Amino acid sequence: MSLWEYANPKKFMALSARVLPWVTGLAATTLLVGLVWGFFFTPDDFRQGSTVKIIYVHVPSAMMAINVWVMMLVASLIWLVRRHHVSALAAKAAAPIGMVMTLIALITGAVWGQPMWGTWWAWDPRLTSFLILFLFYLGYIALWQAIEDPDTAADLTSVLCLVGSVFALLSRYAVLFWNQGLHQGASLSLDREEHVADVFAWPLWVSMAGFGLLFLALVLLRTRTEIRARRLRALEARERMQ
Amino acid sequence: MPDLGKYAFEVLSAYAVSLLLLGGLIWISLRQSARMRRRLEEQERRMNRNG
Amino acid sequence: MWALLIRDLRLATRAGGGFGLSLAFFLIVAVLVPFGVGPKAATLALIAPGILWVGALLSCLLSLDRIFALDREDGSLDLLATSPIPLEGVVGIKALAHWLTTGLPLAAFTPVLGVLLNLPAAGFGPLVLSLLIGTPALSMIGAFGAALTVGLKRGGLLLSLLVLPLYVPSLIFGAEAARRGAEGQEILTPLLMQAGISLGTIALLPFAAAAAIRVNLR
Repeated sequence: MSLWEYANPKKFMALSARVLPWVTGLAATTLLVGLVWGFFFTPDDFRQGSTVKIIYVHVPSAMMAINVWVMMLVASLIWLVRRHHVSALAAKAAAPIGMVMTLIALITGAVWGQPMWGTWWAWDPRLTSFLILFLFYLGYIALWQAIEDPDTAADLTSVLCLVGSVFALLSRYAVLFWNQGLHQGASLSLDREEHVADVFAWPLWVSMAGFGLLFLALVLLRTRTEIRARRLRALEARERMQ
Repeated sequence: MPDLGKYAFEVLSAYAVSLLLLGGLIWISLRQSARMRRRLEEQERRMNRNG
Repeated sequence: MWALLIRDLRLATRAGGGFGLSLAFFLIVAVLVPFGVGPKAATLALIAPGILWVGALLSCLLSLDRIFALDREDGSLDLLATSPIPLEGVVGIKALAHWLTTGLPLAAFTPVLGVLLNLPAAGFGPLVLSLLIGTPALSMIGAFGAALTVGLKRGGLLLSLLVLPLYVPSLIFGAEAARRGAEGQEILTPLLMQAGISLGTIALLPFAAAAAIRVNLR
């Protein structure tokens, strides 16, 4: 019995059917607690006023935007090396979630930047990197949709994901070289100096957990949809053969 | 409702847009899931009937 | 390998091969820009390096889908895949042929457009140099994108969507070098960075592109 057991679609369906309600419930609870806590029960920042409350959607979505891409990269590698269909389908299922997370991070960032920096958009390294990440998500999703044969699509998108990851990193550093930014440093880090104050940090941790769990629930749900779609395709093909 | 001061519009719109996008994503995922489940069940039933 | 290179060059330069097309496109972009931003010499001088880089990049994009699509249609891609030359080498040669027929002429043609856009005299050398260093990466990345989309009926638009984000680092360093050159600052750092990107893509992307072609020919 190993982790790879769940790469079998049937086993995955059985397991995910059992886990999904729990994950969904947990995600809804943490997200609700984190956001309500952040929105209603935190003080205003002495400099940023009430806009500091945007942090509870901005930072978690930005974190997930990157983490989802990393998860897709890992899933693509697993598909390329071990040919587990669930892995490829999970990467496909995750991409739209990552794209939405990137979009949320960009929009909330713009709304936050308007009063703080006096502009909706600045060609700041972090903002620019996220915009580029958004383009990568677009290309990846478009490639999945363009190719008919599912295995070919899985292979090609995996290769694109690998190459794209390298170029996304390159762009990140190229953009730093290109323009020094307005964006503040990391909001949460183990380094106490640049850490936000505890009153803000706790609800932020909860929101981040909530976003993570929400992603997990959505990815399970969407992977189940993809597996069903694959099975439907196979059944239809068999029916035509008869 | 907390007092949001002069930034009420920014904070509320940031939350509204985020929740709207997340809600849309969840709604689309659920709808696709339900539709795929239905189509698969139909197909399986038909194939079982026809042998 | 030489034979393949010469064949590709010949195919690209004969009538209907699209050799002059990207140059003409580049010219039109450079002519349209002043209509868009106004004829002030100072404004044009300011944006000329960036416009010329973006223009060169877009012109490069035009001919990308030809890299593999024609060979795929007449079946010679299958022959190439089974030939004794490794497919990685074929990809490299194809990218080289693409560079010789687009990147190199574009870089050579740029000074003319630089005059049109009122590029400062100090900017010509760095601009051409950065194009010479940067366009090989554009061709190689483009060959990778073409390899991904070679199996598709209408892959052209998708190809641009896939390739353009990958062009970002080359564009940043290239345009930065050209801009610094035009302002008389040192240009070595961005040029070295760009050379690094070009060499890295030329070393690694043939493997990814060959893998994509094998998948598409399966």
